[in-house]
Amino acid sequence: MLKDYFKTIFQAIQSLFTGMKLTGYYFTHLKEIQTEEYPDNRATLKMAERFRGEVIMPHNEDNEHRCTGCQACEIACPNGTIKIITKQEVLADGKKKKRIDSFIYHHDLCTLCNLCIVACPSDAIKMGQTFEHSVYDKKLLKKILNKPGSKLMEGVE
Amino acid sequence: MNLLGEDIVNENGEFVINMGPQHPSTHGVLHLKIWLQGETILRVQPHLGYIHRSIEKMSESLSYRNFIFATSRMDYLSAHINNLACALCVEQGLEVEVPERAKVIRLLMAELTRLSSHQLWWGSTGLDLGAVTPFFHAFREREGILEVIEETCGARLTQNYMVPGGVMMDLHPDFQRKTKAILKQVKEKISEYHELLSGNIIFQQRTQGVGYISPEDAVSFGMTGPCARASGVSCDVRKWYPYSGYEGVQFDEILETGGDCYARYQVRMKEMMQSVSIIEQLIDSIPEGEIQAKTKNVLKLPKGEFYQKVETARGELGVYIVSDGAASPYRVKYRSPNFSNLSAMSHMAKGAKIGDLVAIMATMDLIIPDIDR
Repeated sequence: MLKDYFKTIFQAIQSLFTGMKLTGYYFTHLKEIQTEEYPDNRATLKMAERFRGEVIMPHNEDNEHRCTGCQACEIACPNGTIKIITKQEVLADGKKKKRIDSFIYHHDLCTLCNLCIVACPSDAIKMGQTFEHSVYDKKLLKKILNKPGSKLMEGVE
Repeated sequence: MNLLGEDIVNENGEFVINMGPQHPSTHGVLHLKIWLQGETILRVQPHLGYIHRSIEKMSESLSYRNFIFATSRMDYLSAHINNLACALCVEQGLEVEVPERAKVIRLLMAELTRLSSHQLWWGSTGLDLGAVTPFFHAFREREGILEVIEETCGARLTQNYMVPGGVMMDLHPDFQRKTKAILKQVKEKISEYHELLSGNIIFQQRTQGVGYISPEDAVSFGMTGPCARASGVSCDVRKWYPYSGYEGVQFDEILETGGDCYARYQVRMKEMMQSVSIIEQLIDSIPEGEIQAKTKNVLKLPKGEFYQKVETARGELGVYIVSDGAASPYRVKYRSPNFSNLSAMSHMAKGAKIGDLVAIMATMDLIIPDIDR
């Protein structure tokens, strides 16, 4: 009985050293440490290609986007994150056409599920790779994605 | 008197305390009311509802394409598998044939998720029982797996990668190479896991013989997953009701007979190796072809009831959809594994010491958002 008691104590110390040996190994092999020193590594930090941070609307150099205002993304969104306000615009040839007035994106409601991107028929929106979104006021998370004065790109219907 | 206005020692001389909802070892907002006689637990009563988000009711107003994303927030550590269950259930109603490539990708993702989930469980179990180092070791391998998942799916935890008819995006070109690298690493490091924790005498004495549940009780409480398999109940949905191509891969259902915390620990450790072997079988033979079956723009399930069950990292997840023929489900019900497993906790903890309750909770691997939904 007493022998078992001391045996257990010995085994406990032994297993403690087995664990400590492993810790010691990593303590002396600094190359195997895999932690990243965020935010000090901001300059070199690269997010994955498909990382989903926020919905963005790419514009070209002439301040043109590809959004036709079809509202497919608005229907596809499970949370009511996207609201598209359209307007009637008179084109150069006198025809009236539907164009977007503002593409409102509520970032605070967004779960980044990618369903709007998949639903978009004209590749107007995509996922941005930024991830530092914290702000002091919730209102700042309501974003208008089309830039002021932007137009629909030629040839996108 | 406590905050609820009850006497701390009740009329039978029992000491009543509350553990949680802010207790660090409950992994979330689980609130346990514990009746004690000295240090011995008489009974445990879980109080639920702290993280209820009404996912089932919410799904009734969403279309069949949209309601899947919410299941990632139930059992967030096996989000892929939850999404898979929903997608399979919708496909069952639509009667679409999923392309072979999509099936294999789904299986790979499901097993990677299971692996990462078990690794997080291993780390947090160590942490709950007083060992801090395992947590960092577990997160190192889990990070590698999450990077692989992130590269293909675009998100680490709530991926929403499964869509009715297939998967959302094709695999990343680096997927195979990186998966093989991480599998090699996992296989090497699992021996370190055993060295660090499984062989530790203190850990063994805190888990062996603690929280015993007999196979009969496990069945009658409706326990599934590794918790039931540790009692010797064969209940792996992947074996009994194969779905999404599990019939084509070779793997063993891990069964232990101990029924205690240590047996539950062993089951999960061995399941990790099984997941590795499943991924290894599939990784070199991903068929080429489509990743999504052609489906209509607006999905409508025929009138009727559809049920699909899958094996998540914690047990059997059932998705039950009642359809009235409209574009959104009439009723959705999730049979979540953690809810049933939790019901056995009072039985397991009876007669144990209060310190053992943490060991029981840790090895049951409870995810609280899955209990409340």
